[in-house]
Amino acid sequence: MPPQTGDLSLIESLRILEAVRTDEVVITAMGAAREWMTLGSHPLDFIFVPSSMGQATSLGLGMALAQPDRGIIVCNGDGSTLMNLGSLVTITALAPKNLTLITLDNGVYEVTGAQETVASTGRRANGGDVNLCEIARACGFESVYEFDGRESWRSQVRDVLQNTGPTFVLLKVPPIPGAVGPKSPGPAPERARQFMQAIGAGSK
Amino acid sequence: MAEFRQLYASVSIPRIHLRQTCMFTSDQIVDLLTELGITHVVYLPDSTLGQWNDALHAASQFTVVQVCREGEAWAVAAGLYLGGANPLVMIQCTGLFESGDALRNAVHDFQLPLFAIVGYRSYLNQETLPGDTCLKFTEPILNAWELDYRLITKPDQLDEIRNHYRACQSSETPGVALLAEGRA
Repeated sequence: MPPQTGDLSLIESLRILEAVRTDEVVITAMGAAREWMTLGSHPLDFIFVPSSMGQATSLGLGMALAQPDRGIIVCNGDGSTLMNLGSLVTITALAPKNLTLITLDNGVYEVTGAQETVASTGRRANGGDVNLCEIARACGFESVYEFDGRESWRSQVRDVLQNTGPTFVLLKVPPIPGAVGPKSPGPAPERARQFMQAIGAGSK
Repeated sequence: MAEFRQLYASVSIPRIHLRQTCMFTSDQIVDLLTELGITHVVYLPDSTLGQWNDALHAASQFTVVQVCREGEAWAVAAGLYLGGANPLVMIQCTGLFESGDALRNAVHDFQLPLFAIVGYRSYLNQETLPGDTCLKFTEPILNAWELDYRLITKPDQLDEIRNHYRACQSSETPGVALLAEGRA
């Protein structure tokens, strides 16, 4: 396995994912949604914009249960993950084999001006930081990965996605200075209907 | 300590049944959800809804998704609906208060016609929590979120839940059956 080199960026991590994605649903929120939209579009993209912050993991759980034969990938930020930590416990209680959570960890609330999260070293009275992979393991995830290097993520991504889930992946990426929130790619209700058609749930 | 435990175990203490009865039995609820074609019950128990807990989990006709907090429930239900399932959210009104942003996003931003059974704490009995502010805020909050609800206060209103669910599904609008509860 290539060494971790700390050269992974948000856009590069998503490019690597996009290159191996086939017929999986990809749910993106916040900064991940903003960057994912620059890579093109796919009928099974669910751009979770506008979102209820933190709820992408729960949304992914619902889709994974409704579509057990299809891979569901959720790309979420660390701030969003922190906002709904309980969902990690809910997910492992149901243990959908087809669900992969990718947390893009930059340590800050990027779209609101890059304020540090309380899990970051600078916001902790006793120093140190919070290890989201350890939290995921403690919540019951058995497949847990962490990458901060471009080549290590690129060489492992297929195996990660083919793993029996639920799978938790932490990608350490630097914040993007001045980055803004994602713009909605169109009316949300219409996009929801189009997505349901694409996934074969449109006859409801 | 061992002696104390032995003494304690030997004393016969009458069990006090704090659980209140609910206006609907477990069988009635399981049958109703089955009849409505519910595939997943996204749920967090309270002392009233929790009386159906064993029956809900045992039912083979649908899957129970028990969440850690109610905000999750709306997003899980949204994902289920988008994936082609027929979910129902079952939470207490305190959980409704907690989960406002998640429900706003699902039923207003994405306009998903999610349906919920919401327990109305203290409506029938305020012995445990005199002056419970759930009575003050529950219905105004349902109105604020523009959720079409039916207040269920009597056992003969099971049909009203059924009919309201079907009307909401038919019109593709969200809805709530607001179920009066007793103790907190």
